[in-house]
Amino acid sequence: MIDITPILSGERLALSRLLTQIENDTPEGNEALNQLFPHTGQAHLIGVTGAPGTGKSSLVNRLAYAYRHPDDGQPPKRVAVVAVDPTSPFTGGAVLGDRVRMKDLAGDPGVFIRSMASRGSLGGLAKSTAGIVQAFDAAGFETILIETVGAGQAEVDIARLAHTTLVVEAPGLGDDIQAIKAGIFEIADILVINKADRPGVENTERALRGMLNLAHPVRRVFQHHGQIMEVQPTVDQDEAAELWQPDIYKTVATDGSGIPDLVTAITQHQAYLENSGDWVRRERTRLQTELENLLRETLITRWRKQISDEQYQAFLESVFERQIGPIEAVNKLLENKF
Amino acid sequence: MSERKIRAIVAKPGLDGHDRGAKVVARALRDAGMEVIYTGLRQTPEMIAEAALQEDADVVGLSILSGAHMALVPRVLELLAANGQTHVKVFIGGIIPDEDVLKLKEMGVAGIYGPGTLTDTIVQDIRKSVYGKDR
Repeated sequence: MIDITPILSGERLALSRLLTQIENDTPEGNEALNQLFPHTGQAHLIGVTGAPGTGKSSLVNRLAYAYRHPDDGQPPKRVAVVAVDPTSPFTGGAVLGDRVRMKDLAGDPGVFIRSMASRGSLGGLAKSTAGIVQAFDAAGFETILIETVGAGQAEVDIARLAHTTLVVEAPGLGDDIQAIKAGIFEIADILVINKADRPGVENTERALRGMLNLAHPVRRVFQHHGQIMEVQPTVDQDEAAELWQPDIYKTVATDGSGIPDLVTAITQHQAYLENSGDWVRRERTRLQTELENLLRETLITRWRKQISDEQYQAFLESVFERQIGPIEAVNKLLENKF
Repeated sequence: MSERKIRAIVAKPGLDGHDRGAKVVARALRDAGMEVIYTGLRQTPEMIAEAALQEDADVVGLSILSGAHMALVPRVLELLAANGQTHVKVFIGGIIPDEDVLKLKEMGVAGIYGPGTLTDTIVQDIRKSVYGKDR
């Protein structure tokens, strides 16, 4: 039985140990999450994703610092950072190197940085990242920055977890076609071109803006070889006017350029979510996704206990030997015909 | 139930100029299945203890080439204890004169490794100290 009082009162060692329990999916960790859940729902979850080498960690460092030193006279928010790095599929080990970039936050008692290894999860986050975030939320951290593994296009988990998703690009990483490929850009609430002091930043911006214009569901009229072409809207004008329009922000995280405007944009997005009702809608989607993921895993684990290793292996053998196809095998397994 | 992952901080306290050795060790620990929180150069003892606390580290590995180990290491041990983390095992690599090795071990340092140590030795020592028996 875990006592959650120290967590709620901000006791750091207790919180740190609980995060380990949650990460290791222990009964104590899950029990604590159940108890902590009613205390969650206050934090603003900000996801930071993008290809490796775009400067996500440095950006997170600057953002967290800005939240701790607000220039608008507001009291500083308590900031948690969850930084996910990849686990080696061969050795099971990981080098968690995001913290290296966050030296500006050292010694600040209002900041808590936790590094996580993906432990085999694809999609950019670890399986227990959602639980870790909940623990920080319940412990009173008002802003939680979640930095994904950073493998690029397949990293869409973050869009379901975070309220505001930042997609970070950098000049010189790909051409126009790269920019319009599906996947990662579609999840962006805010696009950031970091390392904006590098050559090629104008091309990157043009490519991204072009992609944004094509994606945005309003009527666009533009000229092509002297002919006017129209892009038909997928929503009507009134509805479209109320939608959030992702914009592009240029930053240089190493010297802090562009950070104040980015912070403003994030605040504006948070306000938009609250005013439009989207905050509530996304919370519902987030919790539904979490519930369904958990349900799926728990069902499989529980089901698997009904069948012995030998029986299961025998089934696998019949599939390997092409006696039965996988779909039929699953049906038979679920009908207990083994 | 497989054993839980070892979380190890690898840090360079003080003013060392390069971290080649520390990176070699970090890679070796990773290849041994551990999760290595690499904190980089120019760490103060306060930063190292803070990282150990937030990351709930099992192990703190310090790489010290500057000769300042007798100032830095006791401070790290002191801070770990003050934070309630006396269970954390501290290992040191780098340039440590023989006469200081005994003193450091008496302070509670779990292992001291000079240049030429096989990384496998370090891995096995860490595993033994965290898991508590010969594995």
